[in-house]
Amino acid sequence: MSKFEPVLLANVGKPNSHTLQAYQAAGGYAGLRKVLKDMTPAATIEMVKQSNLRGRGGAGFPTGLKWTFLPKDHPGPIYMCINADESEPSTFNNRILMEDDPHQVIEGTIISCYATRASTAYIYLRFEYPLCYERLQKAIDECYAANLLGPKILGSEFALDIYLHRGAAAYICGEETGLIESLEGKRAWPRIKPPFPAVEGLFRKPTVVNNVETMACVTQIATRGVEWFKSIGVPSDPKNPRDPGSYGPKLYCISGHINKPGCYEAPLGITCRQLIDEYGGGVWKGRKAKAAVPGGISMGLLSAAELDTPLDFAGPGKVGCLGLGTAAVTVIDETVSMVDFLHNTCRFFQHESCGQCTPCREGTNWALRMMERIKAGRGRLRDLDLLLEIGDSIGIIPGSTICGLADGAAWPMKNAIRKFRGEFEEYIRRTNPSGYMTTEAVEALPLETAH
Amino acid sequence: MAHSIPTADRLPEERVLTDEMRAEIRAFFPRYPTRQAVTLPALHVVNEHLRWVPLKAVEEIAEMLELAPADVQDTLSFYGLFKQDKPAGLTRAWVCRSISCALRGGEEVLEHLCHKAGIRPGETTADGSLTLEFGECLGACEFAPCMLANKTLHKDLTPEKADAFLKECGVRNTTTNGKP
Ligand SMILES: Cc1cc2nc3c(=O)[nH]c(=O)nc-3n(C[C@H](O)[C@H](O)[C@H](O)COP(=O)(O)O)c2cc1C
Ligand code: SF4
Ligand code: FES
Repeated sequence: MSKFEPVLLANVGKPNSHTLQAYQAAGGYAGLRKVLKDMTPAATIEMVKQSNLRGRGGAGFPTGLKWTFLPKDHPGPIYMCINADESEPSTFNNRILMEDDPHQVIEGTIISCYATRASTAYIYLRFEYPLCYERLQKAIDECYAANLLGPKILGSEFALDIYLHRGAAAYICGEETGLIESLEGKRAWPRIKPPFPAVEGLFRKPTVVNNVETMACVTQIATRGVEWFKSIGVPSDPKNPRDPGSYGPKLYCISGHINKPGCYEAPLGITCRQLIDEYGGGVWKGRKAKAAVPGGISMGLLSAAELDTPLDFAGPGKVGCLGLGTAAVTVIDETVSMVDFLHNTCRFFQHESCGQCTPCREGTNWALRMMERIKAGRGRLRDLDLLLEIGDSIGIIPGSTICGLADGAAWPMKNAIRKFRGEFEEYIRRTNPSGYMTTEAVEALPLETAH
Repeated sequence: MAHSIPTADRLPEERVLTDEMRAEIRAFFPRYPTRQAVTLPALHVVNEHLRWVPLKAVEEIAEMLELAPADVQDTLSFYGLFKQDKPAGLTRAWVCRSISCALRGGEEVLEHLCHKAGIRPGETTADGSLTLEFGECLGACEFAPCMLANKTLHKDLTPEKADAFLKECGVRNTTTNGKP
């Protein structure tokens, strides 16, 4: 692959890159000017549709298509929510954008609001990002002062307000309807769909929820054009009419057992191995990778033999993972026990389940109890089948839960046990040779509870 | 997420929301079409001033937002951030225990800090200088293992850096028996 010039990260790391002055000096807000001057909202939606941009928040839903679900000729208000919750373990690419290039995100937000005729945008920012809060607020203030926000933006008839809204430490606020409930001042309990947010979302009005990186892509599409965007990545498969392709640049963040952890920009379709070797400087301490998480822990696991999987929207699904997710790769070296890995992910999902749906609430809890027991040397071989059974039955497919968290909890379970079963069996045989445990021993085990 | 709810006899009589806090909360009203949407912003205002949200504050927020106190309490109790039994320590620190940090020793750092400070995760040192908690992915995995202490991100933690941090916080009553 020839050397790729970063676009989304072009300003990152430069002096004062978070200020309006630096952003404009680098050509910022040219895309917005062009859109406001030359394009109608409908044409702007069409542009994003033509680019085949797919949402960068995890599910990869086509952005332009999502916008067309808004009711036509709605009297308003229409709301835009920018999902800056970013709580998926090992994911931090949105943070980099918001800290070092908040105006790129805001420019995309203004363009998206113009396209969708939204009059108010809320940026839902997780509490744990204090520097993002400071920089985004400053950037928003700068925009109001420069007539990039407020009434009659840049002399047009378009008016927009953007407000920052902070979360309070809960993963489920990243789920789009959980986010909406949280913004409304309630528990972040995801809503049953339909109605979809585009029809009835925030404050019961038509609402679009989009990710931070998606907004940065909108900025670049408006600035550089559809052709530029479509020249990068993996084209759609002509033999598969349902494949929308994976176009554009993508931010990949890489962490765990890697020499140079960080956030890198590459064309969609780069393989996991290329990312590890060419960008991440290889596995640390000269060790070998045993496995890698392809895109946040809810996507499952790639085994060492699957590292050549392309990290585009279709790739991870072909090797038994849920999908590309947030393209956050975690490298796990050969010294790590998969029992510890799975215990860690089960603990996360048990802690973060909102508790509304019985399969999710009880399933994540049950899985964690079993992983604690296995880890403590009291596992039984048949626990592995039980874990697989839980994994296969708590997800949204076949529709037993309200949101995707349960599915996300299931994938690391299914992948870890199916792809590393021998290791789990070996651990259980070694730590609990009799394979037997008394009821008292089970009951005496601690269950980690929240706070 | 279990929270203990303070009993009525421990509530202060006087108003806990100062005029300054009320003004800060009111400044959020024009941003949202409903008062209820100001719940989280209001809780943040109180939390930033007091380091906790006593039940009396919940009542006063509810009054400002034209809600029942139970509505505010219901929301508050869902989120991990707000304490209701007593104020958090002067420094409140979350040590990440999620996967990227755990792979690089995050759980050991949390254990080390707890051991040195003589508290368990979620507790505050007796001198009120530090509250230690576990956090789920702080979104700073390239600096694993990491910790967010108030607004400062502590990167690439080691036991030595953790010791220096405790000193910085002025934690005095370090014991080694795991109890305050
Ligand atoms: C449990 C759960 C957590 C999620 N967390 C996030 C998140 O932190 N950030 C995000 O952008 N999307 C998150 N999503 C996806 C959102 O629901 C939604 O699909 C996304 O924000 C849409 O934006 P996009 O179309 O621009 O990708 C999450 C989904 C689920 C099920
Ligand atoms: S699947 Fe889990 S997190 Fe999602 S709504 Fe149901 S209980 Fe809550
Ligand atoms: S896993 Fe610790 S900050 Fe992400």
